[in-house]
Amino acid sequence: MSFETPDLSAALPELWLLVATCGVLVVDLFSSDPRRTATLYLTQGALLVTAVLALATQWGPAEVAFSGHYVVDSLGAVLKAVVVLLSALALGYSRPYLGERGLLQGEYYLLTLFASLGMLVIASGASLLTLYLGLELLSLSLYALVGYHRDSARGPEAAMKYFVLGALASGILLYGMSMVYGASASLELGVIADVAANHEDPLLLLFGATFMLVGVAFKLGAAPFHAWVPDVYQGAPTPVTLLISTAPKVAVVALFLRLFVDGLGPLHAELQAMLLLVAVASLLVGNLVAIVQTNFKRMLAYSAISHAGFIFVGFAAGTEAGHAAALFYTITYSIMAAGAFGLVTVLSRAGLEAEEIADLRGLNERHPVYAGVLLLVLLSMTGIPGTVGFYAKYLVVQAAVQAGLIPMAVFAVIAAVVGAFYYLRVLKVAYFDRPEVGQDPEALPTPGASAPIRSLLVINGVAVLVLGVFPERLIALCRAAIGL
Amino acid sequence: MFEGWLLSLLIWLPILGGAWVLAIGQRSLGAVRGAAVVVASVAFLLAVALWLAFEPAGGMQLMEQRDWVPSLGIQYYLGVDGISMPLVVLTAFATLLVVIAGCSDAIHYRVAQYMGAFLIMEGLMIGVFVALDAILFYVFWEAMLVPMFLLIGIWGGANRIYATIKFFLYTFLGSVLMLIAFLYMRLEAGSFSVLDFHDLSLGLDVQVPIFLALLAAFAVKVPMWPVHTWLPDAHTEAPTGGSVILAAVTLKMGAYGFLRYALPIVPEASAQLAWLVIAVSLIAIVYIGLVAIAQTDMKRLIAYSSIAHMGFATLGFFVVFQAGLGAAAGEGALTAMTGGYVQLISHGFISAALFLCVGVLYDRMHTRDIAAYGGVVNRMPAFGALFVLFALANAGLPGTSGFVGELLVILGSYQASFWYAALAGLTLIVGAAYSLWLVKRVVFGPVANEEVDGLRDLDRRELALLGVLAVLVIGLGIYPQALVTVAEPALVELLDDVSAALTAAR
Repeated sequence: MSFETPDLSAALPELWLLVATCGVLVVDLFSSDPRRTATLYLTQGALLVTAVLALATQWGPAEVAFSGHYVVDSLGAVLKAVVVLLSALALGYSRPYLGERGLLQGEYYLLTLFASLGMLVIASGASLLTLYLGLELLSLSLYALVGYHRDSARGPEAAMKYFVLGALASGILLYGMSMVYGASASLELGVIADVAANHEDPLLLLFGATFMLVGVAFKLGAAPFHAWVPDVYQGAPTPVTLLISTAPKVAVVALFLRLFVDGLGPLHAELQAMLLLVAVASLLVGNLVAIVQTNFKRMLAYSAISHAGFIFVGFAAGTEAGHAAALFYTITYSIMAAGAFGLVTVLSRAGLEAEEIADLRGLNERHPVYAGVLLLVLLSMTGIPGTVGFYAKYLVVQAAVQAGLIPMAVFAVIAAVVGAFYYLRVLKVAYFDRPEVGQDPEALPTPGASAPIRSLLVINGVAVLVLGVFPERLIALCRAAIGL
Repeated sequence: MFEGWLLSLLIWLPILGGAWVLAIGQRSLGAVRGAAVVVASVAFLLAVALWLAFEPAGGMQLMEQRDWVPSLGIQYYLGVDGISMPLVVLTAFATLLVVIAGCSDAIHYRVAQYMGAFLIMEGLMIGVFVALDAILFYVFWEAMLVPMFLLIGIWGGANRIYATIKFFLYTFLGSVLMLIAFLYMRLEAGSFSVLDFHDLSLGLDVQVPIFLALLAAFAVKVPMWPVHTWLPDAHTEAPTGGSVILAAVTLKMGAYGFLRYALPIVPEASAQLAWLVIAVSLIAIVYIGLVAIAQTDMKRLIAYSSIAHMGFATLGFFVVFQAGLGAAAGEGALTAMTGGYVQLISHGFISAALFLCVGVLYDRMHTRDIAAYGGVVNRMPAFGALFVLFALANAGLPGTSGFVGELLVILGSYQASFWYAALAGLTLIVGAAYSLWLVKRVVFGPVANEEVDGLRDLDRRELALLGVLAVLVIGLGIYPQALVTVAEPALVELLDDVSAALTAAR
């Protein structure tokens, strides 16, 4: 009987991030710096190195490792690079916010690192078990982060809701996975795909797929499983909202691509109606309810639901172009969301969260550059050409048209027009309303953060424009990752 | 010398110049105004160079073709023909006008943003007219909404927020359906090139939905009855410069869309549904003309008269299907088409002039209410003379540009049906009614009140702006051949293509 040591180098990015996380933990333990400078820079360094490692060692044709539980492929490489870069971006915005509220502790960075590790595991998951482990590592870290501001009124409530509903969704996902396992007698997605393709009566598989879809839709915040989104977005500290609305979305898209393309891809025709239903429901609920919001973070939460609907339109198309479109949509949406929540972070200070839409009154008069960032980000979310949001919607709609889903495409673009209304309403407040005469300027939100973070915000806004004019690189990357 | 770059320069010089004006926004007012005027003048000179370099018989020319988003097959593909070239020049001219007009003290809030928005919009609108790639066209078409949205919302009148959001959502809703039509045609044609779209031969069952999607986009922009309701609000609440650009250029984008996309790509559906467009055009001419008479706000009156005049353009474009297409049937179709086209350019001058006139009055009295005026000519003789000239041109007085377009369209319509011509001819009465009654109430009569008594006449800047427009309006009225020579070859080619496609389909 031979005992083989698996080749650990296949999972180099994950191993590196785990080791680096432990290193950060130790350094933070012995650091007495109240600003946690060393922790911040080490964390950012660890994340950037992970991105480089992922692209350098994992880009290429698919290879399965660790007895079929782990896959090394281009899709995983791109997903990993994107999620760690987005996590680094979220951390980049967070330090002044946390510092002013007395929340600047090493745990914040460690929880983010563990969440990133979970996302990496999802990105390379080749079996139900790996995917579930990665998802739980991600979710548990996020539950803790949402409740990170213990003294705020909404934070712990949001964390509790998120935890209870999230645990339920994880349970449903696991239940679905158990059915799929029962039908295929394997955890490996490759085997499941074979079984799904050759099954005469896929009823049990379909049941399992349905439950798994519920879990994925919940994690992505798609209607009708969206109830947690507004409360969590509003209740969490703004930098955490920023994190939740960016990298984990990409990770959940990875989860979908692994489960429903690599695994249950052959059943797409049977599942398409469900995907369309989720897309339509998300577009309706997100866009209509966002119109009546007065809190900017809550409005963005409903807008995130509608964007999840667009991502599901790409999924429903079911073609490689559709999957590439969903991936591109998620990545670019993350950049826009980072800009929007980054702006709220930069404008807020202790005692003034600057999260009401009314707080943005007359922003153009007081700070035209930040109003410009807001303009770019919101136009991009609307899908106006010249910003990257246009190409996101374009790719999704094109995939739907190519797949013959023309009514779905028409519905999606009309939903985009409805969405335009509430984005314009925010721009109206920022550009057309003048600040009230005689108001104490001290009581108005002012960009308070340090110069590097303010420039980060401006770069984030300009990136939306530059990617909108020169989208080729990113589109080609997403298509290559999917294998087009 | 730089012919391979001329169109790109026309697009990007104003956009980058606008960004430059925004960047120096913190400096003095003089620097901002100077920079804006310089950028707009250079762009206008380039447009003049374009006019000189243009060869009327040369078909599509000055083309530039580069890959833009190769993985999606989207190209940076530009070119002009006789249909688009005059519109490009009109855009550069109108922008120069509003930039110079914006140097008055009426605009004092965030001048850099005001000027920057106009310059960026100029580049985007020129892009609409010269893009030969459907997605490039769509990008410019939609992006142009943003500066206009901000212009109306920031510098507009009392009801500006309602007006600007309505403007944005109306036009946005119209154009998203066009995007889906483009995506579908891409699947059929294999590229986004408009010229490839022209070669498509689609079945009628496909043509009709595509035509309706295009109609949704273009009809909102023109605007045609019954989707015109955004225009009176937007025109009325926009600052003077915004009204001028809306009337002189933005409305032309819709009409241009019909000529470049609807007629050549889906000729059968256009022929089949021509009755629909003709009907709503006639409604616009007669009914909206009557509505204009009833207005009490000067800008609203001119806005409604714009809708009526644009009805002439769309009538001219679609009556060709009933006026006997093809070489054998004679000149009726070409007359109507040329008339519609001349009407576009002429309306660009006349409406710009009328909105500038209202702007002159508004800057002095801060009201657009007709009832607040009376006897203006007693205090402003030069203004009175010019205003009367433009109002008469608006009514279609022979010798002005307004006459040429209307006459040709009515002549062409007569070949299709006596009743079209009769209904369209009503405009000579209705148009005269609202134009002359406006002049009577505002300009003539005794001095109405103390404020009118205190009016001062045009300053040199205003006189120069309106004077140039007066020369153009009369010039185009006396010698329309200058424009027709440029545009006619392209229009003939368009008609030949359409009739060939219709013959092939039979």
